Amino acid sequence: MTAPAESILEVRDLVKHFPLTQGIVFKRQVGAIKAVDGVSFDLHRGETLGVVGESGCGKSTLAKLLMALERPTSGSVKVNGRDIAKAKGGELKRMRRNIQMVMQDPYTSLNPRMTVGDIVGEPYEIHSEVAPKGDRRRKVQELLEVVGLNPDHINRYPHQFSGGQRQRIGIARGLALQPEIIICDEPVSALDVSIQAQVMNLLERLQNEFNLAYIFIAHDLSVVRHISDRVAVMYLGKIVELGRDTQIYERPTHPYTQALLSAVPVPNPEGREQRQRIILQGDPPSPANPPSGCHFRTRCWKAQDVCAEKEPLLEIRPGADHPSACHFAEARDVVDAR
Amino acid sequence: MTQVLSEHAAGGSHSGALLEVENLHVEFHTRAGVAKAVNGVTYSVDAGETLAVLGESGSGKSVTAQTIMGILDMPPGKITGGQIRFRGVDLLSLPEDQRRKIRGEGISMVFQDALSALNPVFPVGWQIAEMFRQHRGTSRSEAKKKAIELMDRVRIPAAKERVNDYPHQFSGGMRQRIMIAMAIALDPEILIADEPTTALDVTVQAQIMGLLSDLRRESDMGLILITHDLGVVADVADKIAVMYGGRIVEHAPVHDLYARPAHPYSKGLLESIPRVDLKGQELYAIKGMPPNLLEMPTGCAFHPRCPYRRDNCVTDVPPLYSISGTRDSACHYWREVLDDGSR
Repeated sequence: MTAPAESILEVRDLVKHFPLTQGIVFKRQVGAIKAVDGVSFDLHRGETLGVVGESGCGKSTLAKLLMALERPTSGSVKVNGRDIAKAKGGELKRMRRNIQMVMQDPYTSLNPRMTVGDIVGEPYEIHSEVAPKGDRRRKVQELLEVVGLNPDHINRYPHQFSGGQRQRIGIARGLALQPEIIICDEPVSALDVSIQAQVMNLLERLQNEFNLAYIFIAHDLSVVRHISDRVAVMYLGKIVELGRDTQIYERPTHPYTQALLSAVPVPNPEGREQRQRIILQGDPPSPANPPSGCHFRTRCWKAQDVCAEKEPLLEIRPGADHPSACHFAEARDVVDAR
Repeated sequence: MTQVLSEHAAGGSHSGALLEVENLHVEFHTRAGVAKAVNGVTYSVDAGETLAVLGESGSGKSVTAQTIMGILDMPPGKITGGQIRFRGVDLLSLPEDQRRKIRGEGISMVFQDALSALNPVFPVGWQIAEMFRQHRGTSRSEAKKKAIELMDRVRIPAAKERVNDYPHQFSGGMRQRIMIAMAIALDPEILIADEPTTALDVTVQAQIMGLLSDLRRESDMGLILITHDLGVVADVADKIAVMYGGRIVEHAPVHDLYARPAHPYSKGLLESIPRVDLKGQELYAIKGMPPNLLEMPTGCAFHPRCPYRRDNCVTDVPPLYSISGTRDSACHYWREVLDDGSR
């Protein structure tokens, strides 16, 4: 169970709406993109929370809100009990030290004009209390070694490294300030299949070594399952189902989770003719104008009148052991022999 | 190791297949040197058959496809050897005007990124209809009617109303459907799909793969599916060609390859997939990184990363050994790999 482990991150009713405006001189707000629309969860020390969902569901906006790169419209993000969403100036700077990020694309997230040493050491320029000036080079070399790069390559430039090695540089930069939380936004999706496993192993080793907590955002469900302790499924700015990895993958109760899992191609050709697939119709609706009630009802095969009238809350329903935002939540085994 | 066949015997047994690529070599001349992108690729596809070409970036899978279509940029690209036979005729020796007839009517292609493959300043219906106007000389109104029929066939809702919309007004999945509509407009016998679902979400990917399978079945097309996704391959392929460093390293029917791979690279790929029963353990990872095409390793291109490596792998390039009538592996020690099976 999610025992009374210590929460280091508490997210409550987090909302981010991006205004849609019309007019040039007198801008009028004509609507809003509801990118994140009421998200709550806890993250415990040393655990990994996987976040899955399709593009446009608000995964990356959520990551930016947690990093305080965007200010939320409402709601709170508490890191060790203090609200990062309201922090300013020196306090915000101190809090950011504790929560770092690994980006998706190792080709664009590293400055091509800076050496690896400068990239990994740059966090120390801003947070100079972590490493005194004379000590920085040694610290950077230690970090490179920790992520499996040759410390002698400290003066090289990003283009001299392969994709997998660049992602390691990004990870070293994330580790530089010894954070407790690292947000990984699609950290392996830009990498070749044979390199993905290397980076996944590195992330797991670092987690054990430094007792890190990860928010692991990805669209590859098998990767998320491998690394996550708990998984949150997002659809149109809301978490629709939240539970331990076994609960989500073996007994999903929300129709969207079930459809998502059954759409994942299984890397085993045996019995493929018999495999039952739930193929959703159409595309996700626009987050500027989500359907009333349950956001998923327009693509859902279980939808009834109540789904359009009443928004289902994320709560534990009778017969289920984890929260799900569906009026008709019902466990169903959709992933066969993997 | 007695069954050494000639290096390009792979597709030889299927003589008379609809499309045969034989011992194809393609190089790129760049400022940094000569990159050997394709080094003796041989495969074949028959009507109604699905061949999956599996490989990482830089393995030469897309370059092979572009060469088949005749859309390779030359220069810097250069075809230095081999044949591509469509219905027995070598495409590489045909003049451009005859190749143009085959492109679209005989062989056509779906690209990965539909947004950059479609022209942003013309309505999608106009772009689909262009196929009929250019190749068949159909009148404008007739061609537009056919475009609407095609949009229906690839299951675009309200095709009639949307025929005059522009590409940016469609979602990613719908754009890929339009690409597919253009590709199947002239009833090609071979359809090449180059990473058709890589840019799409899983639920949309399932829709598109289902559509491609249905179309293949309805019109008995041969399908070449280029991908790096082992899941997609397992779902739809009849046979697989695994590429590494510009060569085919394993060639097998899909069930055989997943059950018992015969090349260390395919074995490593299968083992590096995260599996439920191994959660919490370290993933198997192929060590090292893919080869640099400018400085290919000597001998077997995979030897720096291979757990089965012996001394002769560093010096001797392994030919494509024939394992059975339908399987080949380019590994000196394929017997050992085969006996070890998959985890």
